[in-house]
Amino acid sequence: MTIKEQQDAIIEEFSFFTEWAEKYEYIIQLGKDLPLIDDIYKKDENLIKGCQSKVWLHADYKDGKIYFTADSDALITKGLVSMVVRVLSGQSPENIAGAEIYFIDAIGLKSHLSMTRSNGLLSMLKQMKMYGLAFQVKEK
Amino acid sequence: MTKTDTIAELNLDVERLRKDFPILQTKVYGKPLVYFDNAATTQKPLPVLQALEQYYTIYNSNVHRGVHYLSQQATEAYEAARRKIAGFIHAAHEHEIIFTKGTTNSINLVAYSFGRKFIGKGDEVLISAMEHHSNIVPWQLICEEKGATLKVIPINEKGALKMDEFDKLLTEKVKIVAVTYVSNSLGTVNPVEEIIAKAHALDIPVLLDAAQAIQHMPLNVQELDADFIAFSGHKMYGPTGIGILYGKEKWLNAMPPFEGGGDMIKNVTFAKTTYNELPFKFEAGTPDISGAIALGAAVDYIQQTGIHAIQHTEEELIAYAYERLSAVPSLRFIGDAARRAGAISFLVGNIHPFDLGELLDKYSIAVRTGHHCTQPLMEIFNIPGTVRASFSFYNTKAEVDELIKGIEKARRILE
Repeated sequence: MTIKEQQDAIIEEFSFFTEWAEKYEYIIQLGKDLPLIDDIYKKDENLIKGCQSKVWLHADYKDGKIYFTADSDALITKGLVSMVVRVLSGQSPENIAGAEIYFIDAIGLKSHLSMTRSNGLLSMLKQMKMYGLAFQVKEK
Repeated sequence: MTKTDTIAELNLDVERLRKDFPILQTKVYGKPLVYFDNAATTQKPLPVLQALEQYYTIYNSNVHRGVHYLSQQATEAYEAARRKIAGFIHAAHEHEIIFTKGTTNSINLVAYSFGRKFIGKGDEVLISAMEHHSNIVPWQLICEEKGATLKVIPINEKGALKMDEFDKLLTEKVKIVAVTYVSNSLGTVNPVEEIIAKAHALDIPVLLDAAQAIQHMPLNVQELDADFIAFSGHKMYGPTGIGILYGKEKWLNAMPPFEGGGDMIKNVTFAKTTYNELPFKFEAGTPDISGAIALGAAVDYIQQTGIHAIQHTEEELIAYAYERLSAVPSLRFIGDAARRAGAISFLVGNIHPFDLGELLDKYSIAVRTGHHCTQPLMEIFNIPGTVRASFSFYNTKAEVDELIKGIEKARRILE
């Protein structure tokens, strides 16, 4: 699936929920699908510093594609991270670097991208795109 | 007056007072707002909002400069606000009240100005383990510059200062003690009277960070005998951007200016500038005139409501909140000192404070989550942060019940 198809699939999944509590339960559920970062990479230099919750991110490059693994100490953040990883993992560096991420806003979690939340999701997206750029350069 | 009369007078008509705060009528996600983030900032009553509007619509003008009518009006109102604040904290002199941008700015002023003159190589500055970053970093900066050392009074597991350790740390090397009156993260009320008495026995001045005390309890600077007291307008029902530094005349006179500019000078030549007298020596540039005047209105509001009644009402509410929270399974308090004011910090089971705070928000309950700008303190407790509910007299027991319900519902989702 392309980045766009993955995002549209998530938006469709969320369209079934009418109550915000169900939405959050689903996000937490999705956190369990997150490909967890290997313990050896779960160190400070892979930490995406947000104000409140911790997010660790690692990228592997294989056959022209980037595969992300991650973790977070907060459940809601972990669910969100899981969705972002699902959207961007297994894509080419070029597509990741240029990806337009619109699903977070579309499923009503825009506040997570705002400064006030300071939860690292925005910095994580930036970091993933940085990996995209870095591996693009490596390819050449 | 009989005892029952006294108690009746101390009981505030909260429902009536809530009407003074337009924002408390707000709905969040379609439900009435429950605002338990008062330690971050309090809401503003109508007289404060009106004072701001009146200043800008009727007599906006610069202070201490113009001979014209409006400037005189603005100056009078600005200086009247200073008098109100001096009266509120029982300062011996009006000129001991310096308008600043807030608590952080007040502490930076003292750290820089006092520090430049009185702190030297090998000296020590004594703070506590529960300080806000605002009462840590300014001292680190001056200590680094001067080759002095920052020492820290440790706390016990309940979040109270270890006073026997304080006794050991209080030596002649210490040039100033800077501690918080009430902890913003834990709600602990520190034994500041004892700290001041012991420091003064060695001729060491004491700065109190009263940002979380001024709105909750009567404060008499002369009885307390503190040398410096810092607090913010916006945490005591006033506007943001205005704060107070109280300093004893003898210290303020002995200290060099903090910032240079207009209003703080007596005479300027390129060869030499002589400085204005107190309080203007420390108020360079056009001050936050509207903020100061509106802070004066906030002080009037507190005085009319009665600070003793506010204290009594809040203590009762906090006791109720504490009791209700105690009954929540697997909830543990972070900071459980005997004397408490303003805030209750807690964690529930293994739930990350951020997750709980986010879900409470969806139930229209505003709490603060995180480290509350006290990272070293969170490290001591070995936690990523806490959920903090902080109270004002305008909060109700029904709102506390909403919080308890919210925690129970959030827990079902998160566990």
